[in-house]
Amino acid sequence: MKIKKSLAISETGFVFDPSTGDSYTLNPVGLEILQLLRERKSREQITEAVMQSYDVDAMTFERYYFDFLGMLKQMQLMEHDE
Amino acid sequence: MSKQKVTVAISGLNNVDSPGPGIPVIRGIRESADIESRIVGLAYENLEPGPYMAGYVDKTYKVPYPSEGVEPLMERIRYIHEREQIDVLIPNFDSEIFVFIKLADKLREIGIHTFLPAMRQFEERHKSNLPQYGRKYDIRVPDSRPVTSFEEIEDLVRRDGFSWPLMIKGKFYDAFLARSAEQARIYFNTISAKWGLPVIVQEFVTGTEVNVVALGDGNGRTIGAVAMRKQYITDKGKAWGGITLDDPSMLDFTRHVMSATNWRGGMELELIRTPKNELYLIEINPRLPAWVYLAVAAGQNLPEALVKLALGQEVPEWTRYDVGKIFIRYSYDMICDLDAFRKLSTTGEL
Repeated sequence: MKIKKSLAISETGFVFDPSTGDSYTLNPVGLEILQLLRERKSREQITEAVMQSYDVDAMTFERYYFDFLGMLKQMQLMEHDE
Repeated sequence: MSKQKVTVAISGLNNVDSPGPGIPVIRGIRESADIESRIVGLAYENLEPGPYMAGYVDKTYKVPYPSEGVEPLMERIRYIHEREQIDVLIPNFDSEIFVFIKLADKLREIGIHTFLPAMRQFEERHKSNLPQYGRKYDIRVPDSRPVTSFEEIEDLVRRDGFSWPLMIKGKFYDAFLARSAEQARIYFNTISAKWGLPVIVQEFVTGTEVNVVALGDGNGRTIGAVAMRKQYITDKGKAWGGITLDDPSMLDFTRHVMSATNWRGGMELELIRTPKNELYLIEINPRLPAWVYLAVAAGQNLPEALVKLALGQEVPEWTRYDVGKIFIRYSYDMICDLDAFRKLSTTGEL
């Protein structure tokens, strides 16, 4: 699974899905993770990047990370790899 | 290059909370780079806002309701034509399209062009014929039946596999979601009193309502099509805000309808996208919708193209439009002189 290619993501955290017309607002951490996902970074790379920037341990971060991924899937913002 | 002068007669000037498409159609035509338009408004009521909106309608004439018959309407159009030399006439109400299709040849004889679907195309897409339409053209539609009494709705649930909730719809306008027989009875009575019989009972399809405005050339070609999702819906079910979508499947669906039916004229497709990503056609409106100006703003001036097609001119197909364009409708209190109201009320002209 990867982030939908067509998503428009602004620097301010505004996300627009042009296929459904839905839009979302992300906080700075969510935006950072979404951008890393778009760059096809692995879970380990994303965890590493977040741990470097924020005071969080890997286990705590990954719990929230998988919640976040679940939310992206539920909102149909992910698509299968071609 | 100088602009072509064209006089266009347009109805649907009721720019109210459940707006007709007249004013948005006029906005598109006014923005044409090729056409210098004189707009003749055709109004049914004295308080339709269009006639009083400066810059949109050059001259307005009251016309008799289509329910009064073909001849009185034709007589009135002749009278207007003698004064205005109408080149193109665009009717914008579902309830008048039938009459204008019947009048199309007579109008053509006196030099007035229309660009309307053929009677067969108009009739077969009626809500009451939707299941047959779906089978004939291989289009996914919810099951629906025309009924003439409330008891028939109960029979559909008891014997024919329909289950609550059901959509209860008028033959021209209005649709309500009935979750029980009690609600269905109320809606059946409301709709039949307003729009007459039959009332349409339609299977409820769960999903997101999405719409397409499109223009067909009558030979199977889709001149333009823009997909939209309503973002804000009024208690009358009308879009108060909407956004253009990038959804190739909706455009493919539209092109299929256009090519299979050889649709001629403007069209609005009302679709439901289910959670499984299937598209169901729930209604075809045989005209440009009130939100057509969103298509103009997104790069497809469909009203202008319709005028050109009516005049027999070649119009190329659009292949793109801007995605993420939003319209937000608003209300505005115009202040008018009593004299204007008096003039339209007493002379039928403004």
